[in-house]
Amino acid sequence: MSPVISATVKPLAAMAVAIGLLAIGLAALGANPAVTLTALLSGAFGDWLAVADTLLKATPLVFTGLSVSLAFSGSIWNIGAEGQLLFGALAATACGIHLARWSHVAAISAVLGAGAIAGALAGALCGWLRTRFSVNEVISTIMLNFIALQAVSWAVHGPLMEPSHSYPISQKLPAAACMHWFFPPSRLNCGLLLAIGLAPACYFWLYRTNSGFELRAVGRNPRATAFFGIAAGPITVVAMALSGGLAGLGGAVQVCAITQRLFERFSPGWGYEAIAVALVARLNPLAVVPSALFFGALDNGAQVIQRTQGVSPVLVQAAQGLIIFVLLAFDTPILARGRSATLPHHKQPADA
Amino acid sequence: MLDAFLSSTISMAAPLLLAALGELLVEQSGLINIGIEGVMLTAAFCAMAAAYATGSIATGLGCAIAGALLMSGLFAVMAVNLAVNQVVAGTALDIFALGVTGVLYRRIFGETGKALTVRTLRGVFRGALARLPLVGPALLQQNGLVYFAFLMVPVLHLVLYRTRWGLKLRAAGERPEAADALGLGVYCLRWQALMISGVMTGLSGAYLTLGYANTFVEGMSAGRGFIALSIVILGGWRPVRIAIASLLFGAALALQFVLQAVNTGLPYQLFLALPYVLTLVVLTILGGQGPVPSALGEPYVRE
Repeated sequence: MSPVISATVKPLAAMAVAIGLLAIGLAALGANPAVTLTALLSGAFGDWLAVADTLLKATPLVFTGLSVSLAFSGSIWNIGAEGQLLFGALAATACGIHLARWSHVAAISAVLGAGAIAGALAGALCGWLRTRFSVNEVISTIMLNFIALQAVSWAVHGPLMEPSHSYPISQKLPAAACMHWFFPPSRLNCGLLLAIGLAPACYFWLYRTNSGFELRAVGRNPRATAFFGIAAGPITVVAMALSGGLAGLGGAVQVCAITQRLFERFSPGWGYEAIAVALVARLNPLAVVPSALFFGALDNGAQVIQRTQGVSPVLVQAAQGLIIFVLLAFDTPILARGRSATLPHHKQPADA
Repeated sequence: MLDAFLSSTISMAAPLLLAALGELLVEQSGLINIGIEGVMLTAAFCAMAAAYATGSIATGLGCAIAGALLMSGLFAVMAVNLAVNQVVAGTALDIFALGVTGVLYRRIFGETGKALTVRTLRGVFRGALARLPLVGPALLQQNGLVYFAFLMVPVLHLVLYRTRWGLKLRAAGERPEAADALGLGVYCLRWQALMISGVMTGLSGAYLTLGYANTFVEGMSAGRGFIALSIVILGGWRPVRIAIASLLFGAALALQFVLQAVNTGLPYQLFLALPYVLTLVVLTILGGQGPVPSALGEPYVRE
C-alpha cells in the first residue's frame, strides 16, 4: 500500500471498526444501534444549524489537535492540551473584561494574544522541566491539567466572578472583545477560519523549516540527531511552547467567540479528545482539520442522542478510546515490520 | 485534629500505594501503563455497581478486580502483543474508561442525581485498643485493604529482589532481547506483571468507592492513578521508598480536609490543587533518580 493510501484508508477503517464496536455496545445497553447511529448522524448534519454547530464544535478540536500533533511529532507526549486550553481561556477572560474601551480589532488581538501566551507558558514550563530536570512531561502536563481546573474554579468564584456574586461564572466580556457571529442564530465566527488557517502554517513549520525538521528528527532518534549537533533540549521547549500556545489560543477563541465568559467545566475534554484527533490525522497538521470535523460531528450528534435516545454523551469518550486503540492496532510494528510506524518512539527522558 | 489527620493520611495513602506497587511491577517488566487511572476508575465503578446490586462488599471487591483485569488485559494486548506506543495506548485506556463508566453509570443508575450509597469497609480492629489516642485511629481503626497495601511493601521487595521470578521480571525490563534469548518469555512475564497490577489497582479502585466515598462519581479517580505513576518515580522504583512517597501524598490529600475545616481564609481550590502542585515540585527536586528499568516504555517486538 502506498503511504498516501494507507494514511487515508487506515483512519477510515479504524473509525468504521470503532463505530461497529460502538453499535455492539449500544445493543448491549438495550438501545437500537441503527436508530441511535442515525439520530447521531442527523444530529450532526440534519439541517444547516446542525452543520454550523458541528463546525463550531470542531473549532476547539482543530486548535488542540494541532497542538497535540506538533508535540507528538517530536515524541513529546503532551497530554496537557486540556490544561493549556484552560489557562488560555482564563488569561483571555481576565484580559478581555478590562478592554471595553478598546477598538474591536485591538481588543480581540489582545484577548487572543493573552490566551496564546498563557498556554505557551504552561507548555514551555513542562518542556523546560523535562529538559532541565528530567521531569516526565506526561506527568507534568497531566498535573497542570488538574491545577488549571482548580485555577479556573478559583477565578470564577473569586476575582473574575460576575458582579452579582450569585453564580460561579465570570463577568461577561465587553462587546469590543467578542467576535461577531456571521449568520445568527448560528454562532459561526472567525475562530474557525483562524483554526483552518493555522493548519497549513503548522504543516509548513513542521515540514518546511529547519526547526520543524529538528523536532521530527529528535522525535525519531535523539541519539542520532545529537551526533549531528542538534540538541534535544531547546527544540523541546520551543515545541512545547508552540503546542501549548495553540491550545491556549483555542481556549481564548472559545471565550471570545462562543461563551463570552468563563465558568467551571469550561472544556468537556477537548484536550484529551485532541489525542484522538491528532492520531486519526496521523499527526499531519493538514489532516487535523477533517479529523476534528469528524470528532466535532460525533460530539454534536451525541448531544442530540442524549435528548432523543437517552444515551449519555460520554459515550463519545468511549468511542474516542476505541478509535485510538483500533488505530494503534492497525499501526502495530508486528504487522508493519520494516515499514516506519506513524508514531515516532524513543525513550522518555525521565527513563534515561 | 492531629489524630484525624494521621488517620486520614494513612487511609488516603493506601489506594495510592496499592496502585503504585502494581505499577512498580509493570515498570520493572519494562512497560509504562499511563492507563492505571482508567483501570482504577473502572474498578471503582465495578465495586460500586456490584456492591449496590448484591449488598455484599466481597462481591464488590471481586467485581472490581474482574473489571480491572479486563482493562489491564486490554492494555496488555496492545502494549505487549501488538507492541504499540505505550503512552498513547495508556491514555486511550483512560479516555475509554471515563466514557464507559460514565455511560454505564447513567444507564444503570439513571441521571436522577440521587445519592446511591453502599456500605463501606469497616475497621479490622475494634475494642479498647482501637480507642487509644493517636495510635488507635491511625493504625488500628483502618480497614483491611490498608493493612493489605502496607503488607505488600515487604512482600514485593522480597519478590522483586529475592526470588527467581523477580529476577526474570527485572531482566525483561532491562534487556528484553537478552531475556527472550535465555528463554525467559518476556511477553509472558509482562502479562503476569500487568495481571498482578490489575488485581492491586482493582483493590485500589474499590477502595475509592467502598473505602471512602460509599458512592460512585464520574471521574472520581481524579488523577490518583497519575499520582501513583509519579509515586513510582519519586520512590525510585523501590517498594519501601514508594511507601514513604505514598504517605507524603496521603498527607497532602488529608491536609485538604483538615485545612478546609479550619477555615484559613485561603481559597479552597488551593488545597484541592495541592497534591498536583506537590507532585510537580517533588518531581522537579528529586525527578527520576534510581534504577530505572533500561527498556522502560520501549515497544519490544520479539524477533
